[in-house]
Amino acid sequence: MAYLEFSNITKTYPGVVALSGVSFGVAKGAVHGLMGENGAGKSTLIKILSGDQHANEGVISIDGEAQAYASTRDAFNGGVIVIHQELQLVPELTVAENLTLGRFPANAGVIARRQMIADVSRKLQEAGIDVDPSRKIKSLSIGERQMVEIAKAVMLDARVIALDEPTSSLSSRESEILFTLIERLRDQGKIIIYVSHRIDEVFRLCTSLTVLRDGKLAAHHETLDGVTRDQVVAEMVGREIADIWGYRARSAGEVRLKVDQISGEKLPAAASFDVKAGEIVGFFGLIGAGRSELMRLIYGADPRDGGTVTIDGEAARANDPYASIRAGMVLVSEDRKHDGIIQGRSIEENINISSRRHHTRFGVLNKAKEAATATKFIDRLKVRTPSRRQNIVNLSGGNQQKVILGRWLSEQGVRVLIVDEPTRGIDVGAKSEIYDLLYSLAEDGMAIVVVSSELPEVMGICDRIMVMCDGRIRAELPRSRFTEESILAAALPDQATPARIAS
Amino acid sequence: MTDHIKKLILGEQGLVVIFLIAFTVVSIFVPNFLTERNILGLLQSVVTVGVVACTMMFCLAARDFDLSVGSTVAFTGMVAVMASNFTGSIVAGLLVALAAGAGVGFFNGFVIAKFHINALITTLATMQIVRGLALITSDGRAVGINDPAFYQLALSKWFGIPTPIWVLALLFVIFGFVLNRTVFGKNTMAIGGNPEASRLAGVNVDWTRIWIFTLQGMVAAIAGILLASRITSGQPNSAVGLELSVISACVLGGVSLAGGRATISGVIVGVMIMGIAENVMNLLNIPAFYQYIVRGVILLLAVLLDNLRSTTLRRR
Repeated sequence: MAYLEFSNITKTYPGVVALSGVSFGVAKGAVHGLMGENGAGKSTLIKILSGDQHANEGVISIDGEAQAYASTRDAFNGGVIVIHQELQLVPELTVAENLTLGRFPANAGVIARRQMIADVSRKLQEAGIDVDPSRKIKSLSIGERQMVEIAKAVMLDARVIALDEPTSSLSSRESEILFTLIERLRDQGKIIIYVSHRIDEVFRLCTSLTVLRDGKLAAHHETLDGVTRDQVVAEMVGREIADIWGYRARSAGEVRLKVDQISGEKLPAAASFDVKAGEIVGFFGLIGAGRSELMRLIYGADPRDGGTVTIDGEAARANDPYASIRAGMVLVSEDRKHDGIIQGRSIEENINISSRRHHTRFGVLNKAKEAATATKFIDRLKVRTPSRRQNIVNLSGGNQQKVILGRWLSEQGVRVLIVDEPTRGIDVGAKSEIYDLLYSLAEDGMAIVVVSSELPEVMGICDRIMVMCDGRIRAELPRSRFTEESILAAALPDQATPARIAS
Repeated sequence: MTDHIKKLILGEQGLVVIFLIAFTVVSIFVPNFLTERNILGLLQSVVTVGVVACTMMFCLAARDFDLSVGSTVAFTGMVAVMASNFTGSIVAGLLVALAAGAGVGFFNGFVIAKFHINALITTLATMQIVRGLALITSDGRAVGINDPAFYQLALSKWFGIPTPIWVLALLFVIFGFVLNRTVFGKNTMAIGGNPEASRLAGVNVDWTRIWIFTLQGMVAAIAGILLASRITSGQPNSAVGLELSVISACVLGGVSLAGGRATISGVIVGVMIMGIAENVMNLLNIPAFYQYIVRGVILLLAVLLDNLRSTTLRRR
């Protein structure tokens, strides 16, 4: 009998079966991977485990006891803790305060600060987490914050810790530290449920694995010995994907985008580069290398201190996003939730927000045209949704990303497309679709810039790679000279310290 | 059965359903409610709140706030009367009042959008500044109207219905259209939904906000003119606390203070519920002091209902 047992979990929403009869068990001291495409039911399963949602049928039992959590708080007290992609920390409070929030050690309402710090330090040390408890959360890097989030679970002596895409915003070095921590917790007999899209990580870290597909159990591996990556991918998508990059060579034309000596507040060193028509240029670097900042300057999202952007030989007066869009340059931002989707509005409105200017008359919308545009891009990009009127927040990350791409593809005369982390938090199937789309846009002559933290991705899809480090472009490599070593060597600061990576 | 009722009340049109039920109940049980005289009186009593609610809806939908509308209504009413008296032309007086209202609104919008100052604070400041202006220009006294034709703005009737009610109906239609069918309306909702994403998608966030406030000021001027005509003078102390009634009516109508959600039908119903509650309490001779409590309770109930509705929606 497994320590944590899911039996026959079924969850239906009106019109959708999110999970149907999912059963599997996890042994004590296991790091158990949970994989599946977006919409496969991973999130729903985790939500049920955490008491946030309730199954229509089925039971979760821990140590032979059936659990019925009414709320996340209930699950929390029962030792089941879920760490979400969006971290739940108060930035203005210190690490120690965050870790004891709700249970401050106090005398007559006055916080016993020294005792609190001592308690927290001891617990952090036991878990092997190296963070100063008196620092404020806002001064920590994302990687360190993730540690603090996990420390929360340690503080509560959690039995089951579920991590939802914990490395999606971590550098590979930070991820390594996280993995060591996870392994230590595993050795202490905790159950770790590890939800990820990254197959390499799952193979690196997990001892057992469950794959979900369309709300059903697609595969369950008690051990990963003898299981191949291709096999897992096939289990996830239900078909074989031979080469997920599917790189297509093409010939480049004239220089389309020319960036000359551009600089801004967050990027003091001037940067220059150019991209030819039909070319896909990748920007790689560690987190904090300044890639997104550079793209935001080019697009006019942040004010520039100097420099020029030229598109097809014409100086683009691109000092605000609207001017850039009119000049034929668009940006798909890194932070989809904050900078991309318009929450609470429909897919249709999210697609038409910019391109509707081409068919409005005196500011009045052309409803028929908007509906047609929305339908066209929902079909073309294979957005999975019951209706174009669906609120965008109800879509999975990959489908939201497709809607944002649809927003820009519906624009007219786009010549330069900048995509920042286009496949973050997106499953394998949707990734391939997005790569295919990029190739065909490049074939039509678009100049494309891809910013990515995933080395295999930039190597897989780009014609040329620019490597950034500490706010500067450090190296430029043509496809023929792509090697992991050369790219990483340029990306790492000379004396790499965690603090510098973090900033 | 209960499921069905739940669906009806918590659904998209839940508020309209509740309003219709309340209206029917009140019509049957409250004597003298459903008479032509009372209904026209009721509609006239909601004109000021209703007119201003049209643009407050945009303000709230864009995650903004405007506390200065009460003062603007008083100030523009004063301006309309004084400018009419001065020029001898009512039309000129009205235009000056509209311009004054637009000016106040533009100032609000410009400060909020360009200097990134919180809307609550900015309009709290202009609320006091504009009230001060109204008091200074009139020396704190009511200003009488010279030309009796000015009264006709409120007194005249078309097809038996007073002009202010027509104006209100017209504004509901116009702003309903603007909200649902124009780029301006959609951009307003998008800004309320996610301001940064809207900016990156090419929406001119600053100018949209400035326009919202400018329109708000102009519409407050319309309300101010109608009010001055009805009370037959420019009163620097009129419309005190109006901003809260207007925001209450909008919230009652399902407009989200977090932005991104507003419907004209909701706002109309919100305005009407407030009006009916007051009207019924008057008909039933409930003392004015108790009316405050009832209004507060209605607002709380509406917000609770709204909360319940959004949690059910999320569950789905």
